[in-house]
Amino acid sequence: MTDRAPSSIWETTDVKTTETEEANSAASIEDANESQSRGGINTEEPAPIGDEAGKGKAARNKVTLDGNEAVAHVAYHVSEVAAIYPITPSSPMGESSDAWASIGEKNIWGTVPKVVEMQSEGGAAGALHGALQAGALGTTFTSSQGLLLMIPNMYKIAGELTSTVIHVAARAVAAQALSIFGDHQDVMATRQTGFALLSSNSVQEAMDLALVAHAASLESRIPFLHFFDGFRTSHEVSKIEELSLDDMRAMIDDDLVRAHRSRALSPDHPVLRGSAQNPDVYFQGREAVNPYYIACPTIVQNAMDKFAAIVGRQYHLFEYVGAADAENVIIIMGSGAEAVHEAVDYMTAQGKKVGVLKVRLVRPFSVEHFLDALPKTTKSIAVLDRTKEPGSIGEPLYQDIVTALTEGFTAGKCKLAAFPKVVGGRYGLSSKEFTPAMVVRIYDELTKATPQNHFTIGIVDDVTHTSLDYDSTFSTESPDTVRAMFFGLGADGTVGANKNTIKIIGEDTNLFVQGYFVYDSKKSGSVTTSHLRFSKKPIHSTYLISSANFVGCHQFSFMERLDVLRAADPGSVFLLNSPFGPDDVWDNLPRSAQKTIIDKKLKFYVIDAVEVARAAGMGGRINTVMQTCFFAISGVLPRDEAVASIKHSIEKTYGKRGESVVRKNFAAVDASLENLHEVKVPAAISSKFDLRPTVPANAPEFVRSVEGLMIAGDGDLIPVSAMPIDGTFPTGTTQWEKRNIALEIPVWDEALCIQCGKCVMVCPHAVIRAKVYDPAAINHAPEGFQTAAPKWREFSDLKYTLQVAPEDCTGCGLCVEVCPAKSKSEAKHRAINMEAQPPLREKYNDYWSYFLSLPELSREKLAHGQVKDAQLLEPLFEFSGACSGCGETPYIKVMTQMFGDRALIANATGCSSIYGGNLPTTPYTKNKEGRGPAWSNSLFEDNAEFGMGMRIAVDKQKEYAEELVKRMASLIGEELATGLLSADQSTEPGIFTQRDRVKALKEKLAGNKTAAARDLLAVADELVNKSVWIIGGDGWGYDIGFGGLDHVLASDANVNILLLDTEVYSNTGGQMSKSTPLGAVAKFAAGGKRTPKKDIAMMAMNYGRAYVAHIAMGGSDGQTMKAFAEAEAHNGPSLIIAYSHCIAHGYDMVHGIEQQKNAVLSGHWPLFRYNPGLAKEGKNPFQLDSRAPSIPLEKYIYNEARYTMLVSSDPEEAKLLLHQAQDNVNERWKLYQHMAAMSFEK
Amino acid sequence: MIDLTTNYLGLKLKNPVVVSASPLTEKLENFERLRDAGASAIVMYSLFEEQIEAESENLDAAMELGTNSYAEATTYLPDMPKYQIGPDRYIDLIYKAKKTVDVPIIASLNGNSRGGWTRYAEHMEQAGADALELNIFNIPTDPSVTAEQLEHGYCELVRAVRKAVKIPVSVKLGPYFTSMANFVKQLSAAGADGVVIFNRFYQPDFDLEELEVTPNLVLSSPHELRLRLHWAAILYHQVETYIAITGGVHDSTDVLKSMMAGAHVAMMTSALLKYGIEHIGVVLSGMERWMEEHEYQSVKQMRGSMSLVNIENPTAFLRGNYLKMLGSYKFGEAGSALPTY
Repeated sequence: MTDRAPSSIWETTDVKTTETEEANSAASIEDANESQSRGGINTEEPAPIGDEAGKGKAARNKVTLDGNEAVAHVAYHVSEVAAIYPITPSSPMGESSDAWASIGEKNIWGTVPKVVEMQSEGGAAGALHGALQAGALGTTFTSSQGLLLMIPNMYKIAGELTSTVIHVAARAVAAQALSIFGDHQDVMATRQTGFALLSSNSVQEAMDLALVAHAASLESRIPFLHFFDGFRTSHEVSKIEELSLDDMRAMIDDDLVRAHRSRALSPDHPVLRGSAQNPDVYFQGREAVNPYYIACPTIVQNAMDKFAAIVGRQYHLFEYVGAADAENVIIIMGSGAEAVHEAVDYMTAQGKKVGVLKVRLVRPFSVEHFLDALPKTTKSIAVLDRTKEPGSIGEPLYQDIVTALTEGFTAGKCKLAAFPKVVGGRYGLSSKEFTPAMVVRIYDELTKATPQNHFTIGIVDDVTHTSLDYDSTFSTESPDTVRAMFFGLGADGTVGANKNTIKIIGEDTNLFVQGYFVYDSKKSGSVTTSHLRFSKKPIHSTYLISSANFVGCHQFSFMERLDVLRAADPGSVFLLNSPFGPDDVWDNLPRSAQKTIIDKKLKFYVIDAVEVARAAGMGGRINTVMQTCFFAISGVLPRDEAVASIKHSIEKTYGKRGESVVRKNFAAVDASLENLHEVKVPAAISSKFDLRPTVPANAPEFVRSVEGLMIAGDGDLIPVSAMPIDGTFPTGTTQWEKRNIALEIPVWDEALCIQCGKCVMVCPHAVIRAKVYDPAAINHAPEGFQTAAPKWREFSDLKYTLQVAPEDCTGCGLCVEVCPAKSKSEAKHRAINMEAQPPLREKYNDYWSYFLSLPELSREKLAHGQVKDAQLLEPLFEFSGACSGCGETPYIKVMTQMFGDRALIANATGCSSIYGGNLPTTPYTKNKEGRGPAWSNSLFEDNAEFGMGMRIAVDKQKEYAEELVKRMASLIGEELATGLLSADQSTEPGIFTQRDRVKALKEKLAGNKTAAARDLLAVADELVNKSVWIIGGDGWGYDIGFGGLDHVLASDANVNILLLDTEVYSNTGGQMSKSTPLGAVAKFAAGGKRTPKKDIAMMAMNYGRAYVAHIAMGGSDGQTMKAFAEAEAHNGPSLIIAYSHCIAHGYDMVHGIEQQKNAVLSGHWPLFRYNPGLAKEGKNPFQLDSRAPSIPLEKYIYNEARYTMLVSSDPEEAKLLLHQAQDNVNERWKLYQHMAAMSFEK
Repeated sequence: MIDLTTNYLGLKLKNPVVVSASPLTEKLENFERLRDAGASAIVMYSLFEEQIEAESENLDAAMELGTNSYAEATTYLPDMPKYQIGPDRYIDLIYKAKKTVDVPIIASLNGNSRGGWTRYAEHMEQAGADALELNIFNIPTDPSVTAEQLEHGYCELVRAVRKAVKIPVSVKLGPYFTSMANFVKQLSAAGADGVVIFNRFYQPDFDLEELEVTPNLVLSSPHELRLRLHWAAILYHQVETYIAITGGVHDSTDVLKSMMAGAHVAMMTSALLKYGIEHIGVVLSGMERWMEEHEYQSVKQMRGSMSLVNIENPTAFLRGNYLKMLGSYKFGEAGSALPTY
């Protein structure tokens, strides 16, 4: 660091003594005692029941946490039972609850709640319903499709007037596409269930209103759905005042709790509930609940008033903010209301007569409270809905408001001078940005004589022209607010560091803080953008930072692909992690970056964080280094205090992981300051290069004009007209998205290579490929292009090349680990070895392009069931965004190599649907004939049924095609017709021949205008056998989709089911499934799973009709190939259960294949195949393909943190569970051995 | 009455059979069995600072793997409220062992950093360890480091630990020192109360099929005792320090030989792993029987009786031993293997 004192982006450094102001709250937040992190054990004795203990008893903690944790804190402590199931973005609420229960955290009555994971949200709702009926205080957490699955039970729970609260991180629902992001489509789908709907707009509100919801539900007997915006609120980190357990005790009336219990089912005072009613009484019964709904709004307001008396924050059913004499009013609920609030503050300060009415209680909707809250001066109203109801007159809130006003005027209760103009608008679907700039535009619209109705804002609708255009440069950001943006890679710890930064500033100063984190759609090499605000005033900015006074770029490579300085304010600070020092960095920046730095007069700092981190023993994790630099330059805290705070934070975060980790982080902190340098910015642009194009110029038009924008982070600019109308996208587009994320790539030693094909097989990203081709083809090969003589006798006169795609490789290293060919003079040197990528990048790009241009070997010449031959089959699944070293994708790739040109894929929601179908680009691709897998994702729970439906359709259309062929045989020609109808398609040549026949058929039918001929043309392709694949993970197959899977296995549908078993819900972050092994730690099984893994193979084999294979590529790649071939050949349902290593197992994925082998050797994952066809031949259908366990289970499992962390945290329990798990392995092996030895001779 | 008592590191022991550092002492239940079998002291398994660091870093790496990379899964494993990472488990075991058995407990430490050696040594003392065995030997692979520098480094380390704790400290050595007697003297001067000769290294094996070097644990064999006897006999009377022999002590005669060579105690592990913990009793009764038969009254009486200074022909311990052996070897003699040198 230079000697010069760092400049501060904070205007007033004395933040510690600054008074805080709460603009909208009735009371200021008192200074708290030292903040506590969440999850501390509540050892307090409960206050006497009925005692309003705690009223003003102690100052409340100020805590820095996200919306999910804020809500879970309340829900957990006022509940006895939580029935849970993971779904983004609500999963962390269940996870926190489970973690607290596992360490014995007690609720306000001094008992530890039961937290139970179910098999689906439908199951969770059912269990909740049962728990409530039996008298418990119950809760659950969910989002999106999960909430939709709860709807049937929600009707029941509400119909029976049962107190409970479902907390919902509101999220988009799957329509033309799935989206994990926030809007109100899910919540609005429940508004008819009878649940009360209560909306929170911020993290603080989410905690507060969670408590109000529980209290009001007990009193009103109406169940509540408390919701807050997914991600924007659920994942926003904010400093809030934490409700104490005393607050909760004071809010929850124990007499009401006892009353709830008294209504429970009990054989000691039996009743019957859930009768069937006939036309004579059902209607009346439905109306009987009315008084409760009439009373509910007042009960909620009373609870809010009581809350204000206890805590000091006053809420209302409808909260008005703005000018007392407002003429133009926006009505809105959720986090968007805060952006409107901010804009209203800005506009009223300028004398504008505007206001915002925030709706909190949406159901039961109180017309009376609404009319009271609306300013009498209102002339125009815009009702904003964060949802979409195609075909409706307007979205639900709009319709409610119009109806409420109409009723008000009709009844003469509305105090407005005249019926206002009311328009509805849609905004913010799937977390689309909603900013004050848009708000200002809407207020402008309201001033018009005829404001546009049913408008949209935030998009460009050039099809039905609903959108309002707006000035996106308009900003209401306060200059007093520190706005910092950080660009990082998922793996570099940037987000984690920023979360720590927020905690430090939140806990060590009086500043308000806000952190929001944006991730791209890839699981490996993902770009993260952190948006941090620090302010002396409460922060209402529920939108991303677009004008920053600090920009940190934590990866130098981003400079050539992202415009990281776009949001930088003039005079702001730019911190860059750079391998180049202050004197050399300038010429290594692209021209556009140089221009921005000069034009905006940025203060520019560099540090070689990678080197500092490496020297401190931290490997590639630069989080601590960059965090220290931020504090050093930003001046948010005095430097010494900042360093002390960072170290304190390190101890808190990493202390329990051991001294060594803490020491290394400390060393990184100390070294950071010494290596931070200010760059003397030259006056002129001098660089010889600029930003690289996002996609190459030769990419297809759709990729360039649509997907390219998404890749560049400019997807918001894509107009409606450019979007497919029905969610249909081209395949084969990942090839255009060169992510260039590998630091090292495999390099082939052709002299050593035995051409076994193992590296090609295990590559999760299809970036290492082999071809055998005519030597004449390489006449124009680029210099250095490697070739070898093929090690196949039949191809001896051809050439062989193994080639790597340098910009698609993720550098996982699995290929090198699996390579069996070692040098005879240097054992560490294999036939492929990892080498630094940058020097190879350009050269290998040329090689790769050239390699792709070489012809594919005819599929007919290859033995598809052999590993060695399979490497020469073209993969039709490539460059997915799966985790580096993913254990699932190699199986999918193999499937596409073998059957991809005739495959239909039904994919359950989960990892495989995300890396398989998440935009911007898609990994399923086509061969040069244009054939490849056709892929679709229906839902999480219905995938087996979805795939079976595909099979039925294929079979039916084939049957119809055959009927037409028979009918038209004379026209077609008897020979061709007979050939088409009697084709043997069991082999690859058979398929090819049938394709030729179909081609001939089409030629014959061309121009024939008869209905039969045209029908036959439409279904002719179905005459070629199709391979239907049903793909999903264990969360689907073992849990939520098991009912459907079971049904399909029991059917005779010729489908192939690939169950990618990672033994946890990987996609949502590692929650326990019924596949999770005994003794493994997972979320929802934080103390280690106590029950054995479900033996789904045994269940499937019991039907006796399904082909079942239990495979692990690392255990036997040959058996894997056999299983795929046999599964496809079996004319009936086939189930392949594939061991898939996963980062959720807690070890470096480079060892994934080795661990697969250990799983097999230990007996945890026996290899076997069950082929029903063999029984008919008098043979045992069950064949064990692996040997008896040869290593103890612990030799396998203790390589993985999911097991070892239990040894570290609870050694005795771990020992016990290991013992049981070993017994299970032994018993299971005995059973399988017995099965394999059975005679089936007839 | 045969007197088997001995003194080691200032600890009065009921007999010279001490259990050496091994996985046997990882489990608390084994301490009682070892005591009941007759062990006079127990050296606990070694606490490896390097291993502790690796555990800590592996846990950290696993917890961070994939975190905050993707919106749906910001973490993949639940974080526990606490972990027994670091020396806690070891320290706890010392504490529990001291409460469980009344035989002296000697903690064993293999450090990796100067701070680590003294920090963990202090923890061990505080937990109640009766003595400390420093497992100092690292494989010297750097050709730029001289033997003198290495030896100096070891002595500095002993000095630092000596300063940090009050309990007796012994040093477990490897056999690969050019001037063993001199080095032991240096260690003694640095504050070591005793030396344990010699550490056995788990030399990895070569897997010719996979072309991999694989860790391979081989139990000691009785012939390994010879090297220890040899050096104990040389060190006895030349250095004022306690001597423990470890490696190749399998039966009662091995213990007797160790005593006669000059050792204060003989340490066992391999034989216990092979024959069971109760084998200690067999060894002790074997000693008593032999001593009775040969009219020895005490271990003290025999200690060092066959050391370099007390043997009639000391050249047996010197170069002559080698020459004589070669000369006495007859090719083809029944029961003898062909020499391989």
